[in-house]
Amino acid sequence: MAATQTSVDELKSIARRVRRNIIRMVVAANSGHPGGSLSAADILVTLYFRTLKYDPKKPDWPDRDRLIISKGHITPGVYGVMGEAGYFSTDEFDNFRTPNALLQGHVIMGKPAGVEMSAGALGMGLSFSLGQALAGKLDGKDYTVFCLLSDGDCQEGQTWEAAMSAGHHKADNMVAIVDRNHIQNDGYSDFQRYENGDQPSKPGGWVMEDNHTANIMDLEPFPAKWEAFGWNVIHVQDGHDFDALTDAFEQARSHKGQPTVVICETTKGKGVSFMENNPDFHGKAPDKEQTEQAYRELAD
Amino acid sequence: MVQAAKLEATRAVFGPTLIKLRKEGLDIVCVDADLGYSTSSVKFGREFPDRFFPVGVAEQNMIGVAAGLASTGKIAFCSTFAVFAPGHCFDQLRMAVAQPKTNVKLVASHAGLITGEDGASAQSLEDIALMLSMPTFNVIVPADSIEAEQALEAAARTDGPFYIRTMRAKTAVVHDDSYRFELGKWSQLREGSDVTLIAIADMVAVALDAADLLSADGVSARVLNAASLRPFDRDAIIAAGNETGAIVTAEDHFVHGGLGSIVAGALAEARPTPVEFIGMRDRYGTSGTSAGVLEYFNLTAKAIAVAAKKAIDRKSE
Repeated sequence: MAATQTSVDELKSIARRVRRNIIRMVVAANSGHPGGSLSAADILVTLYFRTLKYDPKKPDWPDRDRLIISKGHITPGVYGVMGEAGYFSTDEFDNFRTPNALLQGHVIMGKPAGVEMSAGALGMGLSFSLGQALAGKLDGKDYTVFCLLSDGDCQEGQTWEAAMSAGHHKADNMVAIVDRNHIQNDGYSDFQRYENGDQPSKPGGWVMEDNHTANIMDLEPFPAKWEAFGWNVIHVQDGHDFDALTDAFEQARSHKGQPTVVICETTKGKGVSFMENNPDFHGKAPDKEQTEQAYRELAD
Repeated sequence: MVQAAKLEATRAVFGPTLIKLRKEGLDIVCVDADLGYSTSSVKFGREFPDRFFPVGVAEQNMIGVAAGLASTGKIAFCSTFAVFAPGHCFDQLRMAVAQPKTNVKLVASHAGLITGEDGASAQSLEDIALMLSMPTFNVIVPADSIEAEQALEAAARTDGPFYIRTMRAKTAVVHDDSYRFELGKWSQLREGSDVTLIAIADMVAVALDAADLLSADGVSARVLNAASLRPFDRDAIIAAGNETGAIVTAEDHFVHGGLGSIVAGALAEARPTPVEFIGMRDRYGTSGTSAGVLEYFNLTAKAIAVAAKKAIDRKSE
């Protein structure tokens, strides 16, 4: 059900709704992870409304494309887009993170139907994706397995075990997508992103005024790491540009002989000014006043 | 005594059994982390190369890949040494297998002190405790090669996570060809009325030897093989408590978190009974021959017999 014809204007409208869904869920639960959900929102909207082959009424369709969420904490973003895509009633958003609710704190395989794998401990998605990709080849299926990773995912050793092994097996039916927002739980991964931008570039070991440690783990040279593991690398400089993302995902899907990683440069907290590039909103809900401001900024 | 018995390693039947099951049409795949010769999975790989996926020395990835394969409908076996899986990958087993109940079968060999010469780092004494801590895992510890083959088949034909623990050393075959493994049922290898010896893996043959020693002293010992640790045979435990009134558990593993804990827990709930525990406590292993290491740490028939008499003496408590 890939709606490749969805216009950019439509995608923008959907993405605003998804961002409002994200705020709605974390406010309802007074917890959750808005920052990484907002940074990945445009990636998820592009996947669900342009790229992926799926049918929300038949989530177990064997020929569907798979999307594995390795950064399992961004449930507000994942559920926010799945609700818009028709997997479940959007009324469920208000029950986010409550006992036995359909929408749990971190992704759970099959709950809601359409979630492909459980995650929450980082670093596990790429291995699982490789297993699905190998099965696809064995069974002669032409589905593609997409795997959404975070900066933190790429600090886990298992991700690189999987990267090495996907390169070895020439798993060209899998695509890693990195939501490269350069911010993680305790602060800034690295400052590579800001070298020529409007943010200051800081040396290693620098401590922010609000006590967030800079340079928790410098991932650069990031594209070269993937290349060295046998991957085709596509670097999207604006991970919020729907057409650029669409092109990258289609190129990745059609690349043969090796797996492809799409590194998407994104802004953590994208769309809500006080959350943008702010590590404080990695895993925290806004207060009442902030919530009102967020909804004002995300209004149609 | 189990004399002149046939000796065979439980690990040796892994590859051949997978081949047999695949030939019967089961949708089996196998993921391997560079120990295929030791676990015998490489035999399956030679027969079905398109269904055999080496991932290198990367056990965490092995579990994740197996879970991904399983999610598409495959019966995904994977194998390495017990110190590496679950040893290296508890979190992967928890997140990618136990919680979503993916159809992954981890077959871990070289478990226990009986691994011998390679020493403490290679002797897994915690794996049963780790695997039993995850409630959705079936946990099977075959006593011999006949049981191992049947346990592998039961795992392949039963949907859901399985852990099967095998051993490096050749050990006595204690069952005959008529034996039928049943999930959740413990086989009684000897009838007895004074005490029950409950053992797993290599300690089953040792317990049978202990029963011979006790018999020479006029003590009638029942011997149970507790291969199916989850689900376990609660009825057999309670019957042993009711009918013999004294119990010894014997396992090549730490006494906490394994067989002894299961037996003690079931009895404490239903039928308090004196229990003595044979196994490792409070320390790690050492290099040595299999028999030498087991002797060094008192995992012997003599030690079981002494413990049995102590448990019988405690019946008046």
